[in-house]
Amino acid sequence: MSAKHAMRAKHERHSLQSPAICRTLMFVFISLFMSLFMNMAALAQTMSDKEVEARAHEVGSALRCVVCQNQSIDESDADLAKDMRKLVRFRIRQGDSNAEVISYMQSRYGDFVLLKPPVQSNTYFLWFAPVGLMLVFLIWYVVRTRRTTMQLEPEPLSSAEMAQFKKISKKENNT
Amino acid sequence: MKMTWKGLLPLLIFSAMGIFLAIGLTKDPSKLPSQLINEPFPEFSLPDLFDPETQIDQTYLKGQVTLVNVFGSWCVACDLEHPTLRRLAAANEITMLGIDWRDTMEKGRLWLERGGNPYDRVAFDADSILAISLGVTGAPESFLVDHTGQIRFKYVGPISDKIWRKEIKPIVLALEQEMEATP
Repeated sequence: MSAKHAMRAKHERHSLQSPAICRTLMFVFISLFMSLFMNMAALAQTMSDKEVEARAHEVGSALRCVVCQNQSIDESDADLAKDMRKLVRFRIRQGDSNAEVISYMQSRYGDFVLLKPPVQSNTYFLWFAPVGLMLVFLIWYVVRTRRTTMQLEPEPLSSAEMAQFKKISKKENNT
Repeated sequence: MKMTWKGLLPLLIFSAMGIFLAIGLTKDPSKLPSQLINEPFPEFSLPDLFDPETQIDQTYLKGQVTLVNVFGSWCVACDLEHPTLRRLAAANEITMLGIDWRDTMEKGRLWLERGGNPYDRVAFDADSILAISLGVTGAPESFLVDHTGQIRFKYVGPISDKIWRKEIKPIVLALEQEMEATP
């Protein structure tokens, strides 16, 4: 290798085209790009306030205010309901689903906190009694009307009765 | 006119309804059964009312039977309960953790200065964080926590001397026996 050649090689190592610098630059460029994409992904994950609000209303209207009891926490002015609303928003922002927030509240306050009672063994009566009662009345109605129509149809007259009937109608026709 | 059992049907239905509704009337709907009996005390980390730099958490409850009492300076029934709690503290009956709920620090401290402080420590819960995880609906509410940190009993409403003696003290004694029985 000539001395000139060696000098050129040394020169190149320090210039932009040298593979080491090229690699570093590529690396920086790619990592910057990737961080940009990661940022975008994070942005996509954080919900807009509007979305949080909408979901908080949905959850809040399903939960009973335990102070005033016949309002949902979404409607109630009670202080505890305000704090519950805060907690609902906090949990939604933390990434809980609506069902998870509701089941958290249920684990603390029991089924009572749900404005719509769940269908389970101790609420079967509540859910099915109206339907059951309607069925009972329907059956009762059908049986009763069928019995009366059956009663309306008289038994055919026996021959003796027929003879008597003819006798009477003849007499009536004569007068 | 013929009397049939059918004539009695409305009366029967009405009295059945009456019985169920009468049972319903004896129940206080504002007292919800606790979901947390025999559950571990919820995890929390709240500032100490008298030393806001330090935090109190559920580990404080381990190792002894504790009465956790939710109160607030705004709570009228807490005034009623307060003398009883102070007598308990004076007699060294039980470790007491107070939870100052939906309050300001100044008002909470002032209330305890005026009425005396029966609590061993007081956690400050302005935003109902611990109160909601305890399923609290109003103050005062009290919980008995055993030495392992499990909730064993809940009392809603002010504790009077009589209620302490008749309803709560026996449970405390049982829990303390339980603690001594386990190594």
